[in-house]
Amino acid sequence: MKTPIFKVVKPGLQTTVQDLGRFGFREYGVSPSGAMDAYSLQMGNILVGNEIGEAALEAPLIGPVLLALHDVSIAICGGDFTPKINNLEVALWKSMVIKEGETLSFGRVKKGARTYISVAGGIQIPRVMNSKSTFLTGKFGGFDGRALEEGDILYGNPFIRRNRLLDAKLIPEYKNPLSVRVILGPHKEKFTPLGINTFLNEEYILSPQSNRMAFQLNGPKIEHSGGADIISDAIPFGGIQVPASGQPIILMAEHQTIGGYSRIGSVISTDLPLLAQALPGTKIRFEEISLNSAQNLLINSRKKVQYLNWLSRS
Amino acid sequence: MIRAFFLHKKDVLSKVISNITKMADKMVRYVSIEIVPLGDCAISITFGNKIDESIHLQIQQFLHIFNLRRVKGVLEYAPSYRSVAIFYDPVIIPYSQLVKEVYSSYHSALNTAQIQSIVFRIPVYYGSETGPDLGFVADYNNINEQEVINLHANKEYLIHMIGFVPGFPYLGGLSKKLVTPRLKKPRPKIAAGSVGIGGSQTGIYPAEVPSGWRIIGITPISLFDLEKENPSLLCAGNYVSFQPIEYDEFLTIKALAADKKYDIKTYKRER
Repeated sequence: MKTPIFKVVKPGLQTTVQDLGRFGFREYGVSPSGAMDAYSLQMGNILVGNEIGEAALEAPLIGPVLLALHDVSIAICGGDFTPKINNLEVALWKSMVIKEGETLSFGRVKKGARTYISVAGGIQIPRVMNSKSTFLTGKFGGFDGRALEEGDILYGNPFIRRNRLLDAKLIPEYKNPLSVRVILGPHKEKFTPLGINTFLNEEYILSPQSNRMAFQLNGPKIEHSGGADIISDAIPFGGIQVPASGQPIILMAEHQTIGGYSRIGSVISTDLPLLAQALPGTKIRFEEISLNSAQNLLINSRKKVQYLNWLSRS
Repeated sequence: MIRAFFLHKKDVLSKVISNITKMADKMVRYVSIEIVPLGDCAISITFGNKIDESIHLQIQQFLHIFNLRRVKGVLEYAPSYRSVAIFYDPVIIPYSQLVKEVYSSYHSALNTAQIQSIVFRIPVYYGSETGPDLGFVADYNNINEQEVINLHANKEYLIHMIGFVPGFPYLGGLSKKLVTPRLKKPRPKIAAGSVGIGGSQTGIYPAEVPSGWRIIGITPISLFDLEKENPSLLCAGNYVSFQPIEYDEFLTIKALAADKKYDIKTYKRER
């Protein structure tokens, strides 16, 4: 069964369908894509009672205007862009019902850079290579491989669920300046000790030239040792490459799979959702962490999410 | 007689030396993997420090064995020129355990027969409007267009990796006589199927993308087909060989390929 749930009245800046990403095709040059802020996506799904990895709408900076075509429970998580139902402000990090004929819209950006709209029953869209995520550069996945446009109809299996509210302790704080933890490498030897010192002690400003593929940063030049280029190799989500300009670029959810610039470090998985919510102009500092500590943080946060998921389902 | 004896001795000696060098070379090659974390959910395994066919074949050999083991918690991997990245879930498999699996696969890979590579014959219509830079490549290298085609086609190129865009092969083995610098200003878009030369590299564009490479021809076949379970025609470790075709053949194959009725010719590569 496929029920129309939303009509796109205004598409917003770049609203896309995203789940937790597309895995298993990286060796063929397919970027994993998926939500930039996987934490908000998962919390939204837990609140509306979906499978934890169900697809939602990801909207950066300017949210869409959506007309509800069916009564359904929804949740807005992540960036606070002043969400409204029929022009009445509604809260984030909680599930609520939008009724057929009502309009969901957004206003001023108060906090964060991306908002996630989760719908009970999920978004009915064909999976491409096992994922509903939109891969914009590859032009496939999600809604015909593109951002939503005016007039698009989204389908789902809508249901209504008792409203739930996320504990305030679980709501992340989007800070400026923001400190993100990194594991150094894999091309540490391509930098001078001074270069690494600069990277770990100076402040970098997030440039407006930042998107789902990469975040560009500006700040003190990071010094290389014998050239910025490497023999091209594989890139992870969160990898920090430094071209000859000495200005770092963080590879985000829709990164290219292979790159030819030396990489000084990688942002740890636990901090990627916070980084994804940084607005252009945010001051960013990098802090070194060991692999072991980073993985312990990841394991703990995963346990927390799984526990919440279990709680909400029982 | 005496002289002949000495010559013979010298020959033997040089043979012994060459054998020792070969063995040492092998040993050096075989002890040189390096494993480093690539963030908290991936590792990078480096097999050498240059772009080299034998290094890449070691990676393929390793991946073949590693894959057979179906290690739990491994999500995907990405081979490249001289290294391979393995993406994993640290909640399922700890780093130390993965490293153990990697070393053990690496050691068994050393003792297994070389895997069989496949060569894909890719039909290419060289020159004209769909290969606008054929003339430039010829002029730049002081040869004629037919010589460019002869040097480019009917040669086995190793696929070192797939990337840049889905299905795009990074090929190794371009003739030095064809090395041509990229365009100063990249074209905003080139047709899907375009075959180009960028510096000392050659490749095929699976989709319409911007490119600064010199485009010398076009293939009528599709390299990336979403309707297939594995959308990418090519994968690292196999080979590509270009087969020159005429315009009418280009049209015929294009029509067949559109109906999914064109069978791409392949053959097993001699080891």
